[in-house]
Amino acid sequence: MLHSVLSDAEIEALVLSLRVSLVAVAFALPLAIGAALLLSRRRFPGRALLDALVHLPLILPPVVMGYLLLVTLGTRAPMGHWLEATFGIRFIFSWTGAALAAGIVTFPFQVRAIRLALEAIDPHLAEAAQTLGAGPFDRFWNLTLPLAAPGIIAGAITAFAASLGEFGAIITFVSNIPGETRTLPLAIYSAIQTPGGEAAAARLVALSIVLALAGLALAEYAAWRVRKMLGT
Amino acid sequence: MTLDIRFRHHFPDFALDIAFAAEETGITALFGPSGAGKTSTINAIAGLFTPESGRIAIGGETLYDTATGINRPARARRVGYVFQEARLFPHLSVAANLDFGAKRSPDPLPPAERQRILDMLGIDHLASRRPRTLSGGERQRVSLGRALLANPRILLLDEPMAALDATRKAEIMPWLERLRDEARIPILLVSHAIEEVTQLADNVVFIDDGKVLASGPAEDVLSRSDLSPRGAFLEAGAVIAGEVLSQDDGHRMTEIGFDGGRLWVPRLTAAPGRRVRLRVKAGDVMLSLEEPRGISANNVIPATIRHVGETGDSPYLDVALACGGAHLVSRITRKSGERLGLRPGMKVFAVIKSVSVERHARPAEERASGAT
Repeated sequence: MLHSVLSDAEIEALVLSLRVSLVAVAFALPLAIGAALLLSRRRFPGRALLDALVHLPLILPPVVMGYLLLVTLGTRAPMGHWLEATFGIRFIFSWTGAALAAGIVTFPFQVRAIRLALEAIDPHLAEAAQTLGAGPFDRFWNLTLPLAAPGIIAGAITAFAASLGEFGAIITFVSNIPGETRTLPLAIYSAIQTPGGEAAAARLVALSIVLALAGLALAEYAAWRVRKMLGT
Repeated sequence: MTLDIRFRHHFPDFALDIAFAAEETGITALFGPSGAGKTSTINAIAGLFTPESGRIAIGGETLYDTATGINRPARARRVGYVFQEARLFPHLSVAANLDFGAKRSPDPLPPAERQRILDMLGIDHLASRRPRTLSGGERQRVSLGRALLANPRILLLDEPMAALDATRKAEIMPWLERLRDEARIPILLVSHAIEEVTQLADNVVFIDDGKVLASGPAEDVLSRSDLSPRGAFLEAGAVIAGEVLSQDDGHRMTEIGFDGGRLWVPRLTAAPGRRVRLRVKAGDVMLSLEEPRGISANNVIPATIRHVGETGDSPYLDVALACGGAHLVSRITRKSGERLGLRPGMKVFAVIKSVSVERHARPAEERASGAT
């Protein structure tokens, strides 16, 4: 059905976008939960620095983020070289690099949503759980995580939607390679640059709008379901 | 199971110096004004608050001791804690809330015992509900059940009725009375409400300004008139234990017998033989040298003056009376005291204007056998 509307290259861009975003969110989510826990529950030296670091992608232009990734993880950069030599991991010019860039740029969205949810949890419930025999990990798994679930889901969906739209960091870091790093926004950009590509660009733009709206609806629905499930 | 508590802690503007012991079964009330240190005390027992120094032991097992460096974490103390606001887990059903402690208990209750607790609290039918859909009284009952099903060694109740309105209080009170009579562990009840304490407590630890000012049987502590350093918090009065003798349905009155006479009180819904506690405020007791006749008061009790106590600079005297084995206190003016020439040993008649009755439902036989 999709083939009747979109070309193979366009479907490829769509699938790639979904994959990049999914991987970006899946890897960033546990880290975001960790960062949100640290920022909301603990007082430690360097807390302000961590807070600033987490929010950096939100205030820096994506192109700058992409550039910073390029100079740290490029094959000629020491860290990029070491990763490739030791683990065979290469981000540059690869879809995994696109996922990394998208994950970093959308990280603050996740941390902010999760942190708000964590801070809304009544700290007295943890005391009650303690008196009932629950240790720290038990309390995190059975109390904190389920109670923060609406915020975690909202953060993940927002980050997923934002990842779908990431342009600057991806094109700067991993370039615009069809089938590898050419996600939807990059495909739209390429179509506009190509003579006679207006129709393709319009189709991709329409697709992006549909995806964004679907993501928004899904986020609302998921939050509603979870709230109902939690009975809060 | 004996409870032995002794600790000190200095807050920036407040010092706690608490020491008391509580016995076996029954309810020991930690009674005193708000901000006296009652909740900090049970938090120290539960392990939610770590005092600077001291020792806390339940039934010979030390939970906290600064001398030997023992400090069991809260989760390992096996203390059942019912908080003022229930603190049920909102994302779990009532059944899952009830099971939360039970699943983690190193010594879970056998199914029959578990069922007995659910029946005692009348919460079986709520199992599939969400905490949010429960009434305040139901929440507290579920919270009690959640604590008890973990099979704790002691139950701590932090003003379990303070957040409830009068109707809900009346609704949960019978459950607490049943709990007191049927639970096999010591219960510590934090309260600043004299009615609650008179009705429920067997023993009272009076705490004010971070210190234990008195502790002992409820009748004794609640009858002391010198325990009100913060003014009118504990209005002078006496608690007497009695038993329902008869009902006068025509006049809607109930006759109570106690060691020292009989009292008529506004109708109580309790069968004859039922034990009750009465608290008689000192201000409601008048004294007469001769047996008064033709007065409206229903209760005239012969008594002997034990002593005549000054109440600081006030124009009042607190006259302690013995009526049989029971004690009463009468607050009269210094002027009346001099006019009547009151002195210890004198025979007088106590005229009781009104009696506030606190039901005390512990069956007489269970009390006599001391319960296990």
